[in-house]
Order: sequence, then C-alpha cells, then structure tokens
Amino acid sequence: MHPAISVILFTTASGVGYGILVLVPVFAIYGVLPVERWLGVTLLIPALGLITLGLLSSTFHLGHPERAWRALSQWKSSWLSREGVAAIVAYVPALVFAYAWIVLETIDGPWVWAGFLTITAALTTMLTTAMVYRSLKPIPAWATDWTVAGYLTLGLLTGLAIVTAVAAAFGFHPARFQTPALVLTLAAAVIKNAYWKRQTEAWSSIDGGSAVGAPGANVRSVEWPHTEANYVLKEMGYRIARKHAEKLRSLTRILLLGAPLVCLVILPSIIPMPYLAVLIGVGTLLTLAGVVIERWLFFAEARHVVTLYYGLE
Amino acid sequence: MTSLPNQTKRKLGLVIDLDTCVGCQACVTNCKEWNTGGHMAPLTDTNPYQAEVDGVWFNRVHTYEVSTLEGESRTLNFPRSCLHCEDAACVTVCPTGASYKRTSDGIVLVDEDKCIGCKLCSWACPYGAREYDVFEGVMKKCTLCVDRIYNKNLDKEDRVPACVLTCPTGARHFGDLGDPRSSISKLVSARSGQDLMPEMGYVPTNKYLPQREKTASLSLATHHATARLQPLEDTAGATGLLKWVDNALEKSG
Repeated sequence: MHPAISVILFTTASGVGYGILVLVPVFAIYGVLPVERWLGVTLLIPALGLITLGLLSSTFHLGHPERAWRALSQWKSSWLSREGVAAIVAYVPALVFAYAWIVLETIDGPWVWAGFLTITAALTTMLTTAMVYRSLKPIPAWATDWTVAGYLTLGLLTGLAIVTAVAAAFGFHPARFQTPALVLTLAAAVIKNAYWKRQTEAWSSIDGGSAVGAPGANVRSVEWPHTEANYVLKEMGYRIARKHAEKLRSLTRILLLGAPLVCLVILPSIIPMPYLAVLIGVGTLLTLAGVVIERWLFFAEARHVVTLYYGLE
Repeated sequence: MTSLPNQTKRKLGLVIDLDTCVGCQACVTNCKEWNTGGHMAPLTDTNPYQAEVDGVWFNRVHTYEVSTLEGESRTLNFPRSCLHCEDAACVTVCPTGASYKRTSDGIVLVDEDKCIGCKLCSWACPYGAREYDVFEGVMKKCTLCVDRIYNKNLDKEDRVPACVLTCPTGARHFGDLGDPRSSISKLVSARSGQDLMPEMGYVPTNKYLPQREKTASLSLATHHATARLQPLEDTAGATGLLKWVDNALEKSG
C-alpha cells in the first residue's frame, strides 16, 4: 500500500495524543501525577494539539476536504465514519477534564467523571482508527487483531514516552512510570513480532488462480492492460525491496522498542536527575521516530490482493 | 446510505466467457467512449499523448499464461471490471454515503457530489474496480451503463452495457443473475460460472465462464513436444508411393 505521509502523520500523531489522554487521567486518579496547572498545560494542550493536527492532516489527502463533514454520517456501517464521530465526541470530556485540571486545578468530585470519560473516549477513538485497517479483507496483513493491539499499544507507549519526558522536565522522577513502560514495551515487542510473522503467512495462503476464476491453476501475467502505472498500481501496488523491509524492521525494533526499554525502564534506576531528564527527552524523540518508521512499514509492507492481477508476488 | 440492502429486486450483472474472449480491448475502448460522456463523466486522462500516460478506465483486459503440470500452457484473456458484489465492502466502508448499492437492481454506484475522495473504497475492493480521478477529486467506477440499460432514447437492442454491445466475439453477456430462468443464469449453470476470489466473501454478482478443456488430440502433451520448436511433419504413418518418396528424399538430403 502507498504510504501516504498525511496518513502516517495522522495515525502516529493522534496515537500519541490519545495515548496521553488515556494515561494522564489514569496517573492523576491514582495519584501518580499531581494535578498542577502548568503540568496540565504542558501535557493536555499538546495532546489535544497533536490530535487536532492529526485530524487536519488526515483531511489533506482528501479529494474534497470541504466535504469532510459528510464523513460523520455513515457510522452505522463505516469504521472511518465512526472514527470521525469518536474523534469529535472525545473533545468534549477531554476539554472538560483539561478545564478542571488547568483552570480549577482539581479533578476531585464530579470532575473525575470527565477523567473516566476522557479515558473511554480516547481508547474508543484509537480502536476505531485501528478498525479502519483491520476491517479491510483485501489487505491480509492488516486483517488481524494484532493490528488493533498494535495501534492501541503503540499509542499508549508513545503517549507514555511524552508523559514521562514532560513529568521529568517538571522534576518528577521517572521511576514512577517504570512498570507501565516495561509492560507496554514488552507488549509492543510481542505484538509487532506476531504481526510481522503473520503478515508473511497470511499472504502465502492466497491462491492467485482464484483471482481469475481458475482456482489452483498456475497463472503467470503476460501482459498488463496498460503500459504505465495506473491508479490501482500507484495506490495499491507499492513495492518495497525485501532487504529494506528487514533493515527497517530492525530499526523499528531499536528505536520503538529499544529506546523506551533503555530510557524509560532501565536508566531511571541508574542515572540521577537531572541528567536522566535529558536522556529521557532523547529517548522519547527516538521512540517517536520509531513509531513513524513502524507506521511507514505498516503501509509499505502491506500487500493488496489486487496486485495478484498484475502478477506481483 | 452505505448500509447494504438485505436483498435487491434484481441482480443485474455481466457474465464473461473466458473461452471466447480474444483480448481485443474493444470492450475497454467502447466503455471509455461511452462513459467519458456518461453518468460518471468525464473519465479524465493524465498526459494522454506523452510519457507516463494515466487515466480513469472502468474496464481493463489482462493477458495471462495458464500452465499445467504437464508443461502445457494457454493464453487467458481476462477482462477486469466492477463485479457489483452482493456484500460490497466498497459500499460499507464509505464514510459519507457516496457509495451505494441500488435496491432495485443491485448496481453499485458512486454519488460524486457526496464523495470526499478518501480512497478507502478502492482499498476495500479486492478487484481493483475503482479508480480515482485526480482532476475531479472523486472515485469513479463501472456503472453497468446505468445510463444505457434503461435509456428509452436508445433502440431496445442497444439497451445493454457498452462493453457487451461492442464485444465482437460475443464473450460478454448482460442480464439478471438473480433470476434462475434468465438466459444469463442458465449460461452460468451450463458452463460452471466462477466467482473471482470467493474466499474474500464479497459474493460477486458477475460471473466468469472458464476456458473449455482442450480437445485431447490437440494437447501438446500427447505430442511429447519439447521446449524447442520442431516441424510438425510426422511421416511415420506414410504408405506406398508417399513412403517411397519420403524415403528417397530423406536419403538424398
């Protein structure tokens, strides 16, 4: 699949944003983070900003961005429509929660419900994003629950990296985030490896003959219907050299999994503040670079069954 | 509404005979000709007379080689277009309601005034039936010539899709596949019409008639043909004068 920059930016930016919107209320409710005004400003405003940036970026690739409002109408059947609705609905509790935290500097009493609703809405939106891809049967690599698990876990992991970095900058020792960081990094490692393993298997089980009504037959493409690439090939026939895919997977493992493991899990027990805060900032940037590469691979490596018609293995 | 109808009154579609198709591209050309002025007009072209030519087409004809374990191979000409699936994911994934399946006849269409050009429907289609128009910013697809088949301005015999009308070998058939008594349904059952990629679960309406088995005496395998081309003359069966001539010429050579 063609890895469109706008979609990569949208899914990674909104993943980070919703990850923060899930984690910050959780940490505040459990007393891991104090409800201090400037901490809230530095965490919640960028989270909402990333989500808004992501939503705007997702409209860049539309043929008719001015009609984007229509995309909210088909929530009964379309995951993309549900994603749009969920994204907009999520602003309501998130803004109420941000108001309570930043303006009133409390999340006690009824305000805590804004926190619970923010967590729910953010998780729901992440789920709908993942389901857009998971529901596409012609892209066998995506049609698995590992896709959903990956989007949720990586959103939370990258969100946690930002929360840890910001909290460290405010002088809160990152040791308090070690356990969730370890759990999320290990989960991400298991999920991505399972996803990559299944990706190969899912494709090899497809019968090229059945694409032309001759199941089981040995079919070789002799001539294409066109001499230059058409829309189908440009959009769905994106090819990536295998050796590069392997290199990029290694890079993803190092950046997306290695960086948080070292900077968020191990270093807080070894390096003292304030050096630790700087290293965590660096680790967070590396993690974010990792998720962009992961997302690029998610698209570029995924093969669409229509490529069978063009004899593309 | 992008929810699919539970049932359509008719299931209009195409039956394509892969045994008869010669890959002449006439259906492709007439499709473009009609539809660039039809319901989804225009079918825009990019760089039409130079390098990197591209454009919107509803119908594309591929050519394949189908080979058997015995080393025999045949040419398969394969027209590819929208199959107007019963379980059309291109419809259900559409976030705006632009993509829809008609309850009256099962034709899958795009309302170009509602389409936002998100391209998700083209991702959802295993058959590559939808093509994006970069100039119009909307998705386009086969309409089954909805503007021909009900068109009272045309003579009755012309009220069929342009591709069917133009096919010089009669490889393309149009009709109601929901009616078991229709000629097209009978054709499907007589010739074991196939669904494309049935494992996707889209339940395509269009069917493809497989190539007939080759007559055994013409099979390359029975002639023990090798990869290298050889003259077909086999004089082993000659008798009398022919045998004498054959032998004489063989010695003189």
